[in-house]
Amino acid sequence: MISIPSTFKISFRALRVNKMRSALTMLGIIIGVGAVITMLAVGTGASERISKQIASVGSNLIIVLPGSTTSGGIRTGFGSQPTLTKDDADAIEKECPAVAAVAPNLNGTAQVVFGNQNWSTAVYGTTPSFLEVRDWPLFSGRNFTDQDIRSATKVCLLGQTVVDNLFGSMDPVGQIIRIKKLPFMVIGVLERKGQSPVGQDQDDVIFIPVTTAQKKIFGTAFPGMVRTIMVKAKSTKDLDAAEQQIIALLRQRHHIGPKADNDFSTRNLTQMMQVAEQSTRVMTILLGAIASVSLLVGGIGIMNIMLVSVTERTREIGIRMAVGAKTMDIRLQFIIEALSLSLVGGLAGIIVGISGSKLLSMLAGWSTIVSPLSVLLAFGFSGLVGIFFGFYPAYKASLLNPIDALHYE
Amino acid sequence: MAIIETQNLNKIYALGETGVHALVDVSVSIEKGEFVAIMGPSGSGKSTFMNVIGCLDMPTSGQYFLEGVDIGKLNRDELAEIRNRKIGFVFQGFNLLPRTSALENVELPMLYNGTPSSERRSQALAALRALGLEGREHHHPNQLSGGQQQRVAIARALVNRAPLILADEPTGNLDTKTSIEIMELLVRLNDESGITILLVTHEPDIATYSKRIIRFLDGKIISNNPVKKT
Repeated sequence: MISIPSTFKISFRALRVNKMRSALTMLGIIIGVGAVITMLAVGTGASERISKQIASVGSNLIIVLPGSTTSGGIRTGFGSQPTLTKDDADAIEKECPAVAAVAPNLNGTAQVVFGNQNWSTAVYGTTPSFLEVRDWPLFSGRNFTDQDIRSATKVCLLGQTVVDNLFGSMDPVGQIIRIKKLPFMVIGVLERKGQSPVGQDQDDVIFIPVTTAQKKIFGTAFPGMVRTIMVKAKSTKDLDAAEQQIIALLRQRHHIGPKADNDFSTRNLTQMMQVAEQSTRVMTILLGAIASVSLLVGGIGIMNIMLVSVTERTREIGIRMAVGAKTMDIRLQFIIEALSLSLVGGLAGIIVGISGSKLLSMLAGWSTIVSPLSVLLAFGFSGLVGIFFGFYPAYKASLLNPIDALHYE
Repeated sequence: MAIIETQNLNKIYALGETGVHALVDVSVSIEKGEFVAIMGPSGSGKSTFMNVIGCLDMPTSGQYFLEGVDIGKLNRDELAEIRNRKIGFVFQGFNLLPRTSALENVELPMLYNGTPSSERRSQALAALRALGLEGREHHHPNQLSGGQQQRVAIARALVNRAPLILADEPTGNLDTKTSIEIMELLVRLNDESGITILLVTHEPDIATYSKRIIRFLDGKIISNNPVKKT
């Protein structure tokens, strides 16, 4: 039996004889592998971005919104009625076993001033557990304390965008800023979080104790009212249980009869994000599948050229058979020739794919991620294509009658 | 023991309604070390006979023993192995691989019997040197003269130390002077190394280099006589 290295040597020589033809045949595989890698990079980049955004919102998050109420036959929209209170939030934290942390929110927009700088930003009244709920670490300074909540102190945490606009490069911790003309001491700065899934700057924000917001900034008609409650479930598995527990608890607390609609609603953000992530994964697979069609077409090109090659080299096959080449020797020679075409094409395709992804992220601004798995997958697939489409020509060559092959003109 | 022994070989090609009876009850015995010329007009069955003897074709009926091995019982790959180890082919058209050096052409048979690459090289070099092709090892066939090409082909036939050489019109494409050189080379191989040679030719001059002449006509052997040396 012929040795594999010798066969590779023979194959490379045969491919060198027809340089142009080999190059064009490889081009099909190069484009195929390049397209698969690029498309997978685009898809992976998109889903990576979404999972990052999910993480930036906070994982295992449920948002409770005040609901619509019907008064005099007119239904108002979600959030139009002040039905949620800080007490609701405290109750959820205490009574729902699937819940890890709860942060009520009362937010609005306010003008903030420091020195001769001023800036309009979102002000959120919340509790110390907010940072845990949103998985948002402090950059410097300290968090609120329960004492701050109880006594409605005028302290605040700043997002990075606010820091950039009011303080520039100066350290804001310990400084006094004015929110709606009231003085607040900056006790901490939050880490930069970047854009939200819908493109909002999450760092353009100031946090103050919820009680301070209720009493001093947004002074509400309903005592203790909050706009939303953010709840973090203990784990992804607990999400559904937590949601059910919250609904049951709030229905009870709001005295809602068995047939009446909820006067609040819950949104499971993580679930929504996961759906989005799943859809990008489907998109990735779809892109990859479309790209692999071109790989398949490249394979057909290989088969085509190999068939031509077998016919052209009938006499060579006859000579090899006469001096003792067995069926497998001939078959192996042509399969390895096809494999060499597809593997060399595959290697070049990897380079094309990686630079293509880089180019796309540079020119179009898409985030692309070339995963080693996708490279391996595309390369392996190109090898399989070579073997698969090389097999028939090789099989045909191996079945030639040695006498006919020897006398072939 | 006879190196070649055939009994009632028949070969019928299915062609048209009747078929062509290319070999009719050919029984022949050739001893080790013989130099036999096969003669006959075209269509006489001599090529078919050579193909069967060369294990490239199977007889329709009858038996063929090569060094006592019943060839009719072997499959395709076993026949390839017999060709590799026992038979060296020399063709009219040389049948060297194009765009491949003389050295690699001679290495070819050893490629298919697992000879390690360094040994392949040294044996092929030795075979080429023995045939006076020193310095031509890296020439491609199209850079060699007809006589040189045929000598490369003979080197290829010899390199596995096959006991039998089948030469199908080896001088058909060569001029007289070169033909004589090649024939003298074959005679020398036969005399010195005891290699059995079967030579197909239609030139009486060439046939006289052999020791025995077998004549074919219409698929039958019509004469089988030793050559009278003058």
